[in-house]
Order: sequence, then structure tokens, then C-alpha cells
Amino acid sequence: MRIVCPICGARDRREFYYQGAAVALERPAPDAGDAAWDDYLHLRDNPAGDLDELWSHDAGCGAWLKVTRNVSTHEVKAVRLAGGAS
Amino acid sequence: MRFSGLKILTEGLTGNKGWGPHWRSPEPKPEYDIVLIGGGGHGLATAHYLASVHGITNVAVLEKGYLGGGNVGRNTTIVRANYMLPGNSEFYSHSLKLWEGLEEDLNFNVMHSQRGIINLVHSDGQRDAFVRRGNMMRGQGDDAEMLSPDEVRRLLPMIDYDQTRFPIFGGLYHKRGGTARHDAVAWGFARSASDRGVDLIQQCEVTGIDVEAGVVRGVQTTRGPIRAKKVGMVAAGRSSQVAAMAGLRLPIESHVLQAFVTEGLKPCLDHVVTYGMGHFYISQSDKGGLVFGGDLDMYASYASRGNLPLAEHVAEAAMTLMPVLGKARMLRSWGGVMDMSPDGSFIIDRTDIEGLFVNCGWCYGGFKATPASGHTFAHLLATGQPHETTVRHRLDRFRTGRGIMDEEATGSQHNLH
Amino acid sequence: MRVDGKGLIDRSQPVAFRFDGNRYRGFAGDTLASALLANDVRHVARSFKYHRPRGVLTAGSEEPNALVTVGRGAATDPNVRATVQEIYDGLEARPQNAWPSLGFDLMSVNDLAAPFLGAGFYYKTFMWPRAFWERVYEPFIRKAAGLGALGDEKDGDHYEKAYAFCDLLVIGAGPTGLAAALVAARSGARVILADEDHLMGGRRNAETLEVDGKPGHVWAAEVVDELARLDTVRLMTRTTVTGAYDGGTFGALERVAHHGPRPEGGVKETFWRIVARRSVLAAGALERHIAFQNNDRPGVMMAGAVRAYLNRWGVAPGKAVTVFANNDDAHRTARDLVAAGVHVAAVVDSRADAEALGDYRVIAGAHVTGAQGRKGLEAVTVDGPNGAEKIATDCLAVSGGWNPTVHLTCHMNGRPTWSDGIASFVPTQGAIPGLVAAGACNGDFSTSACLAAGAAAAADSLGALGIKAADVALPAAEDAPYAVAPIWAVPGKGRAWLDFQNDVTVKDVKQAAAENYASVEHMKRYTTQGMATDQGKNSNVAALAILADATGRGIPETGTTTFRPPYTPVALAALGAGAQGSGFAPERKTTSHAASVAMKAPMIAVGLWYRPSYFPRDGETTWRQSCDREVGHVREAVGVCDVSTLGKIDIQGPDAGTLLDFVYTNMFSTLKEGRVRYGLMLREDGIVMDDGTTARLGPEHYVMTTTTAAAGQVMRHLEFVTQALHPEWDVRIMSVTEQWAQFAVAGPQSRDLLNGLLDQPIDNDNWPFMACGPVSIGGVAGRLFRISFSGEHAYEVAVPARYGANLFAALVKAAEGMGGGAYGMEALNVLRIEKGFITHSEIDGRVTAGDIGMGRMLSAKKDFIGKTMAARPGLVEEGREQLVGLKPVGPVKQLTGGAKLYSDGQEPVRAHDQGYVTSVGFSPGFGHFLGLGFVRDGQARHGEVLLMVDHLRDIRTRVELCDPVFLDPEGGRARG
Repeated sequence: MRIVCPICGARDRREFYYQGAAVALERPAPDAGDAAWDDYLHLRDNPAGDLDELWSHDAGCGAWLKVTRNVSTHEVKAVRLAGGAS
Repeated sequence: MRFSGLKILTEGLTGNKGWGPHWRSPEPKPEYDIVLIGGGGHGLATAHYLASVHGITNVAVLEKGYLGGGNVGRNTTIVRANYMLPGNSEFYSHSLKLWEGLEEDLNFNVMHSQRGIINLVHSDGQRDAFVRRGNMMRGQGDDAEMLSPDEVRRLLPMIDYDQTRFPIFGGLYHKRGGTARHDAVAWGFARSASDRGVDLIQQCEVTGIDVEAGVVRGVQTTRGPIRAKKVGMVAAGRSSQVAAMAGLRLPIESHVLQAFVTEGLKPCLDHVVTYGMGHFYISQSDKGGLVFGGDLDMYASYASRGNLPLAEHVAEAAMTLMPVLGKARMLRSWGGVMDMSPDGSFIIDRTDIEGLFVNCGWCYGGFKATPASGHTFAHLLATGQPHETTVRHRLDRFRTGRGIMDEEATGSQHNLH
Repeated sequence: MRVDGKGLIDRSQPVAFRFDGNRYRGFAGDTLASALLANDVRHVARSFKYHRPRGVLTAGSEEPNALVTVGRGAATDPNVRATVQEIYDGLEARPQNAWPSLGFDLMSVNDLAAPFLGAGFYYKTFMWPRAFWERVYEPFIRKAAGLGALGDEKDGDHYEKAYAFCDLLVIGAGPTGLAAALVAARSGARVILADEDHLMGGRRNAETLEVDGKPGHVWAAEVVDELARLDTVRLMTRTTVTGAYDGGTFGALERVAHHGPRPEGGVKETFWRIVARRSVLAAGALERHIAFQNNDRPGVMMAGAVRAYLNRWGVAPGKAVTVFANNDDAHRTARDLVAAGVHVAAVVDSRADAEALGDYRVIAGAHVTGAQGRKGLEAVTVDGPNGAEKIATDCLAVSGGWNPTVHLTCHMNGRPTWSDGIASFVPTQGAIPGLVAAGACNGDFSTSACLAAGAAAAADSLGALGIKAADVALPAAEDAPYAVAPIWAVPGKGRAWLDFQNDVTVKDVKQAAAENYASVEHMKRYTTQGMATDQGKNSNVAALAILADATGRGIPETGTTTFRPPYTPVALAALGAGAQGSGFAPERKTTSHAASVAMKAPMIAVGLWYRPSYFPRDGETTWRQSCDREVGHVREAVGVCDVSTLGKIDIQGPDAGTLLDFVYTNMFSTLKEGRVRYGLMLREDGIVMDDGTTARLGPEHYVMTTTTAAAGQVMRHLEFVTQALHPEWDVRIMSVTEQWAQFAVAGPQSRDLLNGLLDQPIDNDNWPFMACGPVSIGGVAGRLFRISFSGEHAYEVAVPARYGANLFAALVKAAEGMGGGAYGMEALNVLRIEKGFITHSEIDGRVTAGDIGMGRMLSAKKDFIGKTMAARPGLVEEGREQLVGLKPVGPVKQLTGGAKLYSDGQEPVRAHDQGYVTSVGFSPGFGHFLGLGFVRDGQARHGEVLLMVDHLRDIRTRVELCDPVFLDPEGGRARG
């Protein structure tokens, strides 16, 4: 599998670290309550289709990336820097 | 029909014409007492125990493909009771005892081979960690020994003791652990359940779960609607999709795990071995192939296939640990869908919907749990109460923080377990 | 027998080799199979279950029968296909899985028991008596199982892995692949053309058909020649593309040096990762069999293979050859044999309207119903419109038709499509993104169709890349239609083989269906058809056709099993190349490594790093003696320890303090410049992730330390926070672990030692406890931190790594001069346990701040990672296991890490479990072992005595719970 790092170009999957669904970006307020935090850390849609995920170019530039990828075909559809900067 | 050596003899002498179907292929009825969604190892085991222990036979197992087509159709076959944390410790101990009586229970040779499993350790600290695990196992009533490097060498002469990157400091030896023939387990449970009256419905995909006023009423399937008083979801990697049909979200991420087998070779490895400095485990099947695997590919997937980096890493671990395997050739690779939970331990619980129960979160360790998963899920479905070995395996334990069983100690990121 | 005037072998280069202890001769270009057939050796192996004699079936890697072991000792290579093994002088091959000999194999008694050994028999028996499964049946089954045996020694050959990139990967160099490669190459694209054979040309090397008015193999060689001269083309022979993966990535195995004696230091095999922007699959097709009674006799071969042996290797596998087929293509075998002067007894064609292509007898509308000759074919029985007859023959060339080699197209969940026209499966286009299947593997069997398909596939692929395809004139070639009438099995009594290696017959498949293993996946697993080393290449389609019939379904409805990588098996040594010995993982060494080794310190692995365990001195014979002495150095004089492996992260910017406040539980923005503070870091789930000290070197400059083990994890965590959670913060972070060599200097004389080296002296006023800042040592700009992991008056001094070795030498020399010296991990562990300082043995990934007595470090004033989840009821409730100190109070004074703690006076079983021991060390100062551990509600139970049991080490004693800080609880020694 290959991912196009916006900074380094197309690289093999082996250069990247996978965290999970990109919902990790939406950290709740400290007082948002049990349900919000349980949702944030544990519950997942876990769809069999397109998913927004967080990857890090660990063995390269270290950039955190938000990747849209179909988890049934592994097709990478979009890659951008996680912080929103393009 | 009862299987036996005598039967083989008599059938062999009369042209083998008497062998009949191992399970029926009935049309689904419009209603059952219990419907199980998922005809893999755990679903089939649940059906068997519902019938054999609780006398509940008005049950249907709905399988969207063919019976036992998931993990139980292609795994690394390891059976063991070497878990450390309370909750898991009792459960897997219970499972191993069920394994030990399984052939008799099912009248089917599942080829359960208690050849022993050795977890190698490569530092003093790692040894202490495995001693802690072994002490927990002994306290639980199971067996564990810490072998010295010399003792490991006597059991596993083919390991490289001289040049390996991470020397062998010893190994935790669990003699009652071993392997079993995975397909046979599914087929044995299927045959027993079917013989006892459970309907096994293949090529029947559940497309909806009917819930009215917080109570489950039945399911919609590609072979028509089926009403049920109780519904058990036991769909492993597909659990999230099934639960979503009832409007539920689960703490599950589905990931791909690969496994591999070599061409058949004359016996060279008599035990199951796990490497302590890289996720890698290996054993030799009774047909001669070396069966081995390692970590997840580490990205979410429903594709049931993986990529090269993991396959290479597993081969690299094999080469550093047992370089004599160099000319063993990888014959086939597989991938499956693992239901990863936030603590790496399973969930067997009721849900907030009355009559709807969930059995999931097995990560990549579900095979060894097959009998106990079936047995305890049947218990919950039949009595409404969790079995004593699954009282901790609650669905809401992540929200409350109570009873979390994080064996890998890696926290709530699903793929780290 | 050898046939004169035929073959592409080099008769001027004879080759001597051995098989089964006998010497034979062949020629350069022969495979072991062709050379053995030339020497009239037909029986070369035994089947897996029944140990029936087996002979060469095919001429390629799909061979299920002729598996041999090549080489001895460390070079032992089991399960080698004789059809692929090129011979060379000195090659030694042996049969496998036959004992005591190939000719007389005791296990062939299994064949007599065949009625009892049908599909799935072992599931129905071997269960009684219960103990017998493990002790009797299974060992017997295991010994009988397996084919070849691995050698006992480490694989001494050298393997490599490599990457290659291209615009177009062409898989297969037959006419389709050559045409595709030619078009792409002439268009200027970067091309890789891979073929599993050493001679490119595919079946052109096996046929007498002409291309471009010349023999096919001549045309092929000319194309290869043109391609070889281009820099933009990489020709890879002896290279099998083994798998198609995501993103245009392919795995490929190059058999670099199997065709000669062991390469001295050279590479035996290379595993390639090829990344192709586009690809063309030109993998050809594989012939399939027809099942009939005893069709497994040596001498029964595939018709296309017989033709290949004749035309490419100049070998006639028999003197009187019979052909049994259902298609026109097989007649080419008869025609070629006759033209070469080899007698063709008959062509038995199942089609009633079959006609001869040459001068030989055709029996149309007929079937072969049996084969005689257990160790080598002698005759076949034929049933035709004119009744039955027996034909004396020593070679039966069978063809049930051709199956396109679709496998790679199914590696990414694709399923092939059934084509009635060729009665076989073709690829579903688009199943592998970017890959086009063309030619025979796509169901086009004529040479001219293949050439056109190859060219078109290349042109389409190039077009998708925006490269204009060159116009290539395609040569003239035959365009015979493919006429086949499917027949899978000849009805009749007796066993008819489908899977030759696993001994699966038509009866077995029908029995599986009767037992309701009706799905093709169930049938496969129950009968083991298709699970042998050829993965069903010759039996899959027939088996599923028979299953379809037995279950009343059509073939498309019955479906296929899944094709998975690798296409042909790959040695673990190749897939894992580079990992033997130390190659498995990088070795990280500190700047004091060489000196430590010179001081005879045993170096132990700590993650990927190596650190010294202890520094033995003359006269010391046990590690405890060294450890006790080193602890004494630190407590009484001064010790030096390399702590470079701890993670160091440089953090700068206006929001540096904000970042630290967010990732640590306690405040860091309030830390004064020139000061260090201990920090605790949680995971977002509220569990302790790591601890360490962070120093403020400037208004917007901090340096964080982490533990050795968690350095990478913490760095990644900080990157996530700064890039993803708070990109609006103005802060930059950088890992500087390897840039700074850092040493602990610990003990009452530590300041004196340092003042002997620093350019500016320090004292308790200008450098109090927890101070930090820049210093100069011998003119080198370094940093000094007054922090202590030993509890003594101590510092850590850091210099740029290139000065590390020299600084270590200077520190150790000075320390020794003061009655101290270097200390290693063992002593470090004792020192910190005496002070109750935790490591990852305690913060093992399951403990909270409260569990280790640091609940007060969770600031109430700010949000931080893990704050909310740390307050979950389960993480704060009573009954949690809490950190305690442990002192032995029973007669046995030894404590062990990993031991369990139970209620005193109770049985040491789970019901009485109170906790566990994490770290232990012998304290020379206290004169006994000290330990740290976790006990339920431990903080409230100091003074209580528990039973410590280490079941595994067989040690049992009683321990008293106490405060984990055994030594100097006020902390005065560090502040001195």
C-alpha cells in the first residue's frame, strides 16, 4: 500500500504509523461528560467503506496525516496534513 | 451417526456409501426462540451448548457465507490458557478444560494436541514479567514453568542460540497449551448442533434487526424475515455492521491479521513457540506445514488480505530465531478481519436492547476461546445471567473503567492489542 | 529418450549430475526433469497419502509430482520441482518421503488401506483411547506427513531484498508479454519484463509454430535482444511475480543462483518489491488433466509438456506415445512427435468429430478408461465407438484443455469469471487496479491473438499514463481457433485422480458432497484438494466441476476458492532476507559502548540499545560482587553511568510551556529558567504513559527527558499534540536523544569530581538541587542538570555526542581516582529501588497516578492529556493495587520479581491474591533484599505482612509492606 505524504511524496506503507479513526482529532472538552469521552476513545463507526484515519510518516518527516481510505479495497482517496495546513 | 474406528472399517469394506451429511441444510423457519447471527466457530459452539447443556434447540444459526468461513477456517490453531489478568485468567482456564473433553463431547476428532507452548524471553525484566504471568496461571490452577536457556535448548534445538540479535534468556512453558485442527472444531460443533435440532442456515445474510420499543423482535435476512425472542450477535470482525442494524455503536475497530503456512516438511518443530522481541509465533501442523504469524498489519481493514511489510517482518522474525527454516517455503498467506477492542479483551454481555446480546472483541485470539465463548454465551442467552467466568467482560467497562483487562498494557488505541 | 536434431539445449556442454544415488548425464539447458526423462527415468517421487509412484507430469512450476531434495547439510533444499531445477555439474538430487527407498517404500501400504483412508477419515476416528491421540496416533501421523525434510544446519546461503520501480510491469515473456514490452519500450516507458523461466519466450520455446516466418523461439530471442539493449528496460529472468498488492506493489522472487553450485558469498535469491504505475499480466495458461482410473501412473503427462520436452529439450518421454484429449491443441503433440520420428500409438479424442492434424491414428469419440503399469506406464485401456481396446504405450499425453493463469488477478479479493467459450475461468478485468490481463491468461489462445492483445494492453496502459504508444507492426502468426469439449472425468470404477500430490480422487469429492461439504471451500478443506504445493493449479477446475455436478449446480454458481499470494512458494530466507543474526533489528550503541566493552562489562539489550550490566574488576567472580561494589561507590564516593539512552526532546517556542502543561499532569509553564522538574505524563485513557524530568534552559526553551523505553512513543505523542490537536500553538520539537551524550555523576563527591573538569566551578549556591544550565568542559559547550535517580547528591552532564567517549573516559578516570568508578544497570536498579523510584517495571501500562502514590501531581487547575479519563470510577475506586515497598521478614530473605503476594496464612491461590512484586534488588546498605510491588489498597496497609510466593522459581517467604522509599525519605542526601 502506498500513501502520498504531502511533504515527501509517495511512500510505501511501511514508512507510516497508523493510529486509528480521525475522530481522535475531535478531543472533547474536559467536562463534556462520560458519554462524549467514551465515544471519543472507544466507540467507533468502524464502517466497511471510506474512513478518515490518522497516519504519521514516522520513518520519514514525522508529519501527522489525515487520510481518507476505503477499508474494504484499501484505496487511498485523499491525504492531507492533520493540522489542517495544506 | 456415531463416528468411530469401527465405523471406518465397516464403511470401508462396503464401499463407503453409508456416510451421510454432517449437518442438515434446512429452510429457515419463520420464528425461533434464539437466533444467532454468525456461523463461525463461536456461533456454532454457542448453538451446541444451548442444545446440549440447556436443552434449547429451537435455535437458528444464520451464516451469510459457508459455515466456519472466518477465523476458524484459517488460523494459526493455537490453544492455550496463559492469560494473566483476572477475568481472562478464569475464562481461558475454563476454555482449556472444555477443549480437553471436546472430542468426546462432539464425537469428532478436532485433533487437539497439547504439545506445549513456549513463550521465549530475552531479558531479565521480560523474564520477570512472564514469571508474573506464570504465577498467575499457577494460582489459577493451570500449569506454567520458567525454563532456563538450556532447558529451552533441549526442547527447541532448531533455535539459533549463538548469533541471534536478542539472546534467549529462557521461556515460559505451558504444557497443556498446544494446537487443534481449526476446521474440525467448526464442523464438530456444527454436526452436534444440527443433530440436536439446531437449524444451521448458510448463505443467509442478516440485513436488519427489528427492534420495537427497546425490545428485539427478530431479524431481516436475504432469505426472508425471521422472528426471535432472543438474538445473539456473534459476528466477529463484522460486529459493528451487525450492531449498527440495531442502532448500536460498539467499541470495535476491524483490522487485518495475516497468517502463513509453508509447504509440508518432515517433523522439525514439536511445540508452539512465540518470540519475545517481535510479534511472531510458529508451530508445525500434523500435515507438516509450518504455521506461523505475527502482528496485525496495523491499519483498519475488511479486505481479508494484508500487505508485504508484515509478511516480510514475520519471515524476518523466523529467520533471526530459527535460521534453519531458511529453505522452508511459504506456500500460502491469508488475511482475516479481527474485531479489536480498546483493551484487547472480549465482550460477552447483554445490550441496552432487551433480548439482544453481543459476543465480540476477540481481537486475534478467538480460536482458543471457541468452546468457552460458546459455553458462556449460551449460558447468558439461556439464563439471562453472565457465566461466572465472564462477569467482567462487560460492554460498558471502557466507559466506567471497571474491570478493564489490558493484557498488552497498551491502552485504548484498538490496534495496539 | 533423447531425440536428435531437436531442442534448445546446448549439446556441446554435457553436464554430470546425480539423482537417487545414480549418476546421469544431460546438457546445459536441461532441467532435472528433462534430463531424467532423457535417461528414461520415469519414477521420481511418491504421493503424499498413498505413497504411490509418481513421475514428471508437467514442464513448469505448477508441477505437483516431481518434488525432490537438492543438496546436503546447510545447502539442503527440500521440495524442489525437478521441472524448474536447471542442472549443473555436481548437482545432487534425492527423492523425498519414501522409505527405505524410492523403489520400495513401506508407506505404500497406505494404498492398500485406501478404502479406509478416504476424505476426512481422521476426523471420524483416532479418538480412543483418549490418551492415544497424543501419544500414539498423532506422532505417527506427523512422521508420515510432510514431504521433504529441512537440513539441520543454518541456511548458509545469502539472500537479498530489493526494490524496483517502473512505468509498466509486464508479467510473463511469452508472445503476449514480449509484444507488450516491445510496445512500451519503443514508447520510451520504463519497463520491467519478468519471467519465471531463464529463457524468455514462454511457449514459443515449446512449439514448432512460426512467428514472423521463423521458429517462435528465434523470434522471441530477437525481441529479447532488442529489449536488452535499452537502459529503460529491466529484463528479469528466473523471476516469478508472486503477489499483487495494494498501490501497484508486486512481490517477486528472483532465483538468482539455483542453476549452479553454491555461490561463494554471492546471492542465492532476491525478493523484490516492484512498484509499477501500470501492469500487464501475460502469464499464459496451464493445461488441465482428465480424470480416469489410475491416471496417476508415472508416464501419464500433460500433452503440452510432452511437446515442450520434445521441442525445447529434445526429449521424447516415451517410445510409443498415446495422446488423450478433448481439444485440437493436443494434436500438435502428436504431429510434432511424428515429425521428429517418434512413434505415436494413437490420439484418443473424446470429440466424435475429431480429425488428425498429421499422420497418426485418431480414435474419435473415445476415452481412456484406465492406465496400467504401477511404476511406469505400460498400457492404457480405451473405450470408443468401436468397443474397448488396450494400447501398449509408455507415455500418455493428456489434455483436458487449458486454464488461463488468472491467479494474480484474484489476489485483491477479485473472483474470476466463468467463460463457456473456453470452459474455464478468465480474469475479471479491473480486479487489480492498474493491471490488464492479456493473451492466454485472458482466454485468447492463438499466437496472433496474444500478440495483438499484448500490444493493445501496453498501449492502453501507456495511454493511462499519458505516454504515447509507439506504433509496432505485429508479426504474422498462427490464429487457430480453440476448440474444446469439456470433460472432467471418465466414468468408471476405480479411483480417478484429481490432486496427484494429496491423493484426492473423484470419489473423495463426491463423498464430500454426500456428507454436505457442498461449498467449494468446505470440499477443499475436507478433501484437501488444492492444498498441496501446487495449490491446485492442475486440479481446481476439474474438482469444482465434479462438485458442481454432485450438488446439482452449475460451475459459475459453485464458484472458486480464493487465490492468494504467493503464486509459487517463496523461501523464508528470501522473504526475511537480511534478518539472520543481528540483522533483525538495528543495534543502538552509546558513545561509551566501546569503553564499556573494553572494561569487560556484559552489554545487555534494553530495547534496541545496549547498556552495560556491571563493570567487573579483577578478583570479582559474580555479578553481585560487582553490583554491590558499584552501589557502594555511589553511596559513598562517586559513580559514573551513561544515561544517553533516555529520550531527550528539545522544545522551543512561545508556547513551549503551554505544550508541557498540556502533556504533563503538573505545571511546567511556571518552572523557572535554570530549573528542572519531575513530570508525570498520562495517556488519554488516564493511565501513566511515562515519567521524566524536563529542564527549562531559557524563556522559550525546554529539554524534556523520557525513559529509554518510551522515547519513541512520547515523541510521536508530542508530534500528534502539536500538529493535530493544537496546530495553532507556536512551538517546535525535535528529538535530540542521539545528539547529546549524557552521563550521571552520582555520589557525595560528585561536585568535587565535576569541579575537576568544568571550566567554571559550581557550588551549592550557584547550582542547587534541581538547577540546570549551560556549562563548559574543556572548552566544549555542554549542559549540566543537578538531578538524581540514585537519591545521592548527583548531576547529569551532557556534551555533543562526538565528545561523549572522551568525556566518559575522563569521568571514569576521575571517579576511580576518588575511590569510585563506572556503574551499570544492576547497580542503577538497586540504587533507585532503595529510593522507591519507579521505572516501567512499575508503570507497566496499567497503573494510574494514584496507584503509584502520585495522585497529588494531577493538577486541578488545568486540562491535560488523560485528566478526564483518569477520573473514571474504575480508576479511582477502592481495591486498586497500589505501590508499596517490600521487606523480607520470613526465614527466607530472597525476593523475586514477578512473584505473587497472598494473604498471610492462606493458600497461595487466586482467591487470596493480594498483589505482585515488580522489582527487587539486594541492598548492600540494608543487608537484605528490597522490593517494590503492588498490593490492593497497599497505601493503607503499611506494616502488614503478606505471603510472597513465586510458584515458578519455587520461592516462598513473608514480606512486610512499607513505604517504597527505604533510604533517606527526607531526601537530604540529594540536596547536600
